Amino acid sequence: MIAGVDIASMLLGGVAAGMVLFIVSVGLSVTMGLMGFVNLAHGGFAMLGGYAIALAMKHWGFGFVSALVFGFVVTAAASAVLERLLYARLYGADELDQVLFTIGLVFMIIASVTLLIGPENQPLALPSFLRGQINLGIIQYRAYSVVLIAIGIVIVGALWLGFERTRLGAQIRAAVDNRRMAESLGINIARLFTITFAFGSGMAALGGGLGAEFLGLDPQYALKYLVYFLIVVAVGGLGRVTGVFYAALLIGVLDFALKKYVPQGGTAFIYALTILLLLWRPQGLFGAKAT
Amino acid sequence: MTEPLDHPAARALAERHRLRPWEAIPWLLALGFYFAFPKHLGFGTELLVTVLFALSLDLVLGYAGIVTLGQAAFFGAGAYTVGILAKQGIWTEPITGLILAALVAAAVGLGSGLVLLRTQGLTLLMLTLCTMALLEEAANLAHDYTGGFDGLDSLPIAPLLGRFEFNPLYPTTQYLYVLVVLFVCFVFVRTLVYSPFGQSLRGIRENMLRMHAVGAPVRGRLVLCYTLSAAIAGIAGGIWAQANAYVNLGTLGLDRAATVLIILVLGGHGRLYGAFIGAVAYMVLSHFLAKIYPTAWQLGLGLLLVVIALFARNGILGIVAALGRRPAPRATS
Repeated sequence: MIAGVDIASMLLGGVAAGMVLFIVSVGLSVTMGLMGFVNLAHGGFAMLGGYAIALAMKHWGFGFVSALVFGFVVTAAASAVLERLLYARLYGADELDQVLFTIGLVFMIIASVTLLIGPENQPLALPSFLRGQINLGIIQYRAYSVVLIAIGIVIVGALWLGFERTRLGAQIRAAVDNRRMAESLGINIARLFTITFAFGSGMAALGGGLGAEFLGLDPQYALKYLVYFLIVVAVGGLGRVTGVFYAALLIGVLDFALKKYVPQGGTAFIYALTILLLLWRPQGLFGAKAT
Repeated sequence: MTEPLDHPAARALAERHRLRPWEAIPWLLALGFYFAFPKHLGFGTELLVTVLFALSLDLVLGYAGIVTLGQAAFFGAGAYTVGILAKQGIWTEPITGLILAALVAAAVGLGSGLVLLRTQGLTLLMLTLCTMALLEEAANLAHDYTGGFDGLDSLPIAPLLGRFEFNPLYPTTQYLYVLVVLFVCFVFVRTLVYSPFGQSLRGIRENMLRMHAVGAPVRGRLVLCYTLSAAIAGIAGGIWAQANAYVNLGTLGLDRAATVLIILVLGGHGRLYGAFIGAVAYMVLSHFLAKIYPTAWQLGLGLLLVVIALFARNGILGIVAALGRRPAPRATS
């Protein structure tokens, strides 16, 4: 029998992992939905952000929170430059060209990080107030996981408000649903793309830093978790913030539970489930029907 | 009676499939390699297998326009078919073993193609990726049969035609065997892409909606193409396992799938000989660079991909073809 405490701890761990998945993947979902761009380099941006955060804390005396902000800003700025210079040339190009371009970019990111920093895992030391256990009434649990969940809830709330209640959010939603119409109404699509892309990459950086504690941080990160990020986006639906949120939680909890109770074959189950799900709903669980 | 073949365009269309003299060059070079570099036949064998694998991808990606990241699923299916049959002592004869590998890979291709090819774009890309990952995970789990992470080594492969041993140190048999198989498969693919079936694949690649409109059985053609491509990839995997007497999980991995994609695009997809040019360029470069400067090699490879995607969409053969033509007005996309 699985006791209630086990279920609670499994849910907490899984939801915390899901929050990180969400924070990393949400940018991928919006850029794919908005620009129709297959960006396989997204995991690379998460990794770059993670490295920026880890290095800022280790060598430049940043605190955890200020390092997260630093990583967000640096990655967002770098990706905005890349978007204007390179990505923008491939909007509307063949999927194959986009795939090749972004695979090439991932290779370059991995190789540069290996050359400049080294192939070994970068430890990311959490500040003391995030280490240790926290008492939640029914169970003691790792404080960091609880904090991750809280951060995730704040971020999804903020994103939802930003998406549903601000002018920029309305423009993004309009462009996801019908880009031509949005363009005809005078929305500056190019500017919107750059802002969204930079913001999404910044979020990925945040996720890379927040998740480094249990995902690790080494040059292979960029490819190792890419399939997971893509699964979350595909299951959640393109350009859907809430869809990605539910999908990330689902995958996070499933993965956590399967790794614990079925250490052999848990991953295979997630792949099989994704295949079935995408066959049933090619546009994802929460995506709108393709028009 | 319709227009006779005296119109230049009609003649060009009718003669497209004719053999050109330069088409003998790759085969002469491959034979020459056998006599010129007897010490490097192991590398040569690997190169020919890579050409065969890239050729299978060319059929599905270059001609039918299906963007897949999961082609290694079929390579691995073929390799494991040969590996498991040999290791369990069920079947060690190489030629029939290859046919079995092709059948198993084709079955995997047919089964997955029937469901995957209902989708398009990102979903299709994801599904090919997930199918391959699922197979890799399954091979990892079926430890008793596949050897799990360690793979199967020292496969007992019977002598070719009952006479020619596969010697791992002097892979002369392997080289010629792979060359003959590659030639047979190439003739098949070449015939196929110039057949009406191949023409309809190109039509689907260029404009699927219009092919639907003219009543072409689009999905059936795509599934058939996917299955044939899977069978050829299975032959490539099976022959790789026979030549190396070895199978491991790497045959099913994303690395292999991405590499073959890079090779094909480097050479030029949708051009038959792109597989040859790309494999030679990639394998020679990686043979000399990857072992000495692995990180710099990855950096350079990434840069090359970015440059190809941005500026040279048709690969090396595309550049050659463009140089041979008069400069055309810049196309805008």
